Amino acid sequence: MSRSASSAPALHRRPAVRALRSLLAGLLFALCTLLAISPPVHAEDFDYRLQPRELAPGAWVVVGLKEDFSFANGGNIVNTGFIVGSEGVIVIDTGSSKRYGEQMLAAIRRVTPLPIVLVVNTHQHPDHFLGNQAFPRATLAALPETIAAIRSEGEGFNANMYRLNGDWMRDTEVVVPERALAAGRQRIGGRDVELRALGGHTVADLVVIDHDSGTVYAADLLFHDRTPTTPHADIARWLAALDTLEGLPARRWVPGHGEPATDLAPLRQTRDYLGWLAQTIRAGAESGQDMTELFQTPIPPRFAGLALVNEEFRRSVVHLFPAAERAVLEAARAKASR
Amino acid sequence: MTPSARPALAWIAAATTALGMLATAAAPALAASSVPAASTPAPSTSTAPTAAAGTQADPLDSPRWEDMRKSFFADATVVFDERVRVSGPAVAEDSLNVPVSVDASGLPAVEELIVFADFNPIVKALRFEPGAAQPRLGFRIKLQQSSPVRAAARTADGVWHVGGAWVTATGGGCTLPSVGSGSPEWQERLNEVNGKLWPRVDGGERLRMRIIHPMDTGLAAGIPAFHIEDIVITDAEGRTLSRIQPLEPVSENPSFTLDLRAAAPGARLHVAGRDNNGNRIDAWVTR
Ligand SMILES: [Zn+2]
Repeated sequence: MSRSASSAPALHRRPAVRALRSLLAGLLFALCTLLAISPPVHAEDFDYRLQPRELAPGAWVVVGLKEDFSFANGGNIVNTGFIVGSEGVIVIDTGSSKRYGEQMLAAIRRVTPLPIVLVVNTHQHPDHFLGNQAFPRATLAALPETIAAIRSEGEGFNANMYRLNGDWMRDTEVVVPERALAAGRQRIGGRDVELRALGGHTVADLVVIDHDSGTVYAADLLFHDRTPTTPHADIARWLAALDTLEGLPARRWVPGHGEPATDLAPLRQTRDYLGWLAQTIRAGAESGQDMTELFQTPIPPRFAGLALVNEEFRRSVVHLFPAAERAVLEAARAKASR
Repeated sequence: MTPSARPALAWIAAATTALGMLATAAAPALAASSVPAASTPAPSTSTAPTAAAGTQADPLDSPRWEDMRKSFFADATVVFDERVRVSGPAVAEDSLNVPVSVDASGLPAVEELIVFADFNPIVKALRFEPGAAQPRLGFRIKLQQSSPVRAAARTADGVWHVGGAWVTATGGGCTLPSVGSGSPEWQERLNEVNGKLWPRVDGGERLRMRIIHPMDTGLAAGIPAFHIEDIVITDAEGRTLSRIQPLEPVSENPSFTLDLRAAAPGARLHVAGRDNNGNRIDAWVTR
C-alpha cells in the first residue's frame, strides 16, 4: 500500500552520469582489448576450414559447430550462408571474426567469381557480423534496429569475443553496416529474394527467403538440436515470429545454429523449448521462487538432445527472470495499494 | 548467440584504478596458483584456537583468504563449515546481477550472517540478522571478476562458520550496461518497494521484494556511493522480525528472498529502512 517513502525530490546527486559512463566504456574497452590478447593458441593455422554446402542450386550454407565460443573453435559456431544469382552474390551473415569473414569470402570465391552485391547481418549478435571487415563496405546492410544495436553494443561484444575466442579474433574490428534494409521482395543479383523483418530473438531479426530455391535463411529465429539463446530475447514476439515462419512456402530451412532441415523440425523444436522456458520462468516468479531455486528446475527429457541445454537454461533464467519477477511484484504492490 | 552482453561497467569503476583491477581480473586462477597459500605471516596472537580457520586450509584456495579472515573476524573463532551453503551460478552470465543464495539453516541459533567476495573492490556485500527468519537469504550482487563468494554465519557461541563458492565472471567487465537508472523514472520511484508474501507449507511466510534504487558503488568517477544501507522487517504489531543491511555490491534495484519461520499476522509485513543519503523506505507488503 504505502508509497515508498521517500522523499522530496531533493535527491542528492547524479546528473552527468550517462556521458561519463560512455567515456569510461570506451576507455575500458581499450584496456580490456589490450589485456585479452594473450591466451594460448590452440589452432596454429587459424583456419576455420569452412566447407560451404550447396543445399539447392545457388543456395549455400556454411554450418558451424553446436558449441559455445572457445579458443578451440575460434567462434565457428554459427551458420552463415550465401546465394549465388546470375549476376551477383548475396551473403547472409559474416561470422565471428575478421579471419572468419576473410575465409568465408575465400570459400565463396572457390564457388563463383561473381561480385558480392549484398551482405546482410541478420541481427546484432557478434558471431553474425564480426566478419564484416572482409566485405566491401558499401555492400553491408541490416535492419535499422540492428544497425543501431551494432553501433551501440558492437564494441563491447567484440571485446568479449576476444576474451572467449582468443587470437582467432586478431585485428577484428566492428564495421557497422551503413545500408538500412526494408522488408520486401525484389531481384537481387539476378535472384528472386524476399526480406522479412521479424524479431524476438533480438529487437530485429532479418529472414532471407530465396524464392528460386525455396530456401529460408531464418538466422537465430531457428535453432536445431542446439538450445536457443536469449540475451536479447522477447519470447512472446519470438513465438509470433515462428508462427509467421511456419506460414512461409519453404522447401528447406537454414537455422542460425544447427543443421539445415527440409522439414519443420527446427521450428517445432525452437517453439517447444521457448514455450517451456517462458512458462517455467513465469511459474517460478508467480510461485515466489528465487532465481537460484529456479536454476534447479529439472530439464524435461525431450530437450536432452539440445546441445548445451543445462548451460543455456541457466543463462536464460538470468536473462528473463528479472522481468517476470518484476511483473509479479509490481502487480502485488498495485493490488496492495488498492 | 552472444557472449554475455552486459557485464560490469558501472561497477568496474574509475578509469584510474581500472587497469590494475583488470589485470587481476584477467587471471584470478593464475593469482591463486602463484601465491603460496601460507605466504601471509601467521597472526601474532597465540590465542587462536586450533580448530580455527586460521589453521584450516581455505577450501576455496583463495590468496585473499587470510586478509578476509583478519578484516572480518579478527581474533574470533572461525571455522570452514559445509553447513553454510552459498549457491549461485558457476559462471556469472551478467556480472551486474549475479544471483546468490546463502543458507545457514543447518546451524543452530544463527545470530548474524555476512556475505563477501574476496576479489571485489568493495569486499563486503551485506549483513543479515535473520531474527525471526530462517538464516537464509536470496539476493543479487555485482561481481568485478571471478571470486569466491562467501557467507559467514555467527552462532550464539560467537563462532563464525564460513562457507562459499567460486563464481567465474568470464562474461564480465567490458561492455556497457543499459542501466535503467539513467532514466528519470528512478527519481520518482526511489525506494519504492514491490513485494509479495507467499505462505509456506512449513507454516512460515516467504517474503520477496524488489526495491527501486541505483545502488551506486562510488567507484565510478564522479558518481558517489549511493546505496540502501538498512532494511528492517516488522510485523503488523510492530515487532522487529529481521534486518538486512546491504552495501554497495548489492545489485541495482535489489531483490531479496527471505523465509520467516511463522506466518505473518494479518498476512502483511512492514518494510522500513533508509539509504546512505537518508532517503526513507516505508512500505507494506501483503500476500
Ligand atoms: Zn543470435
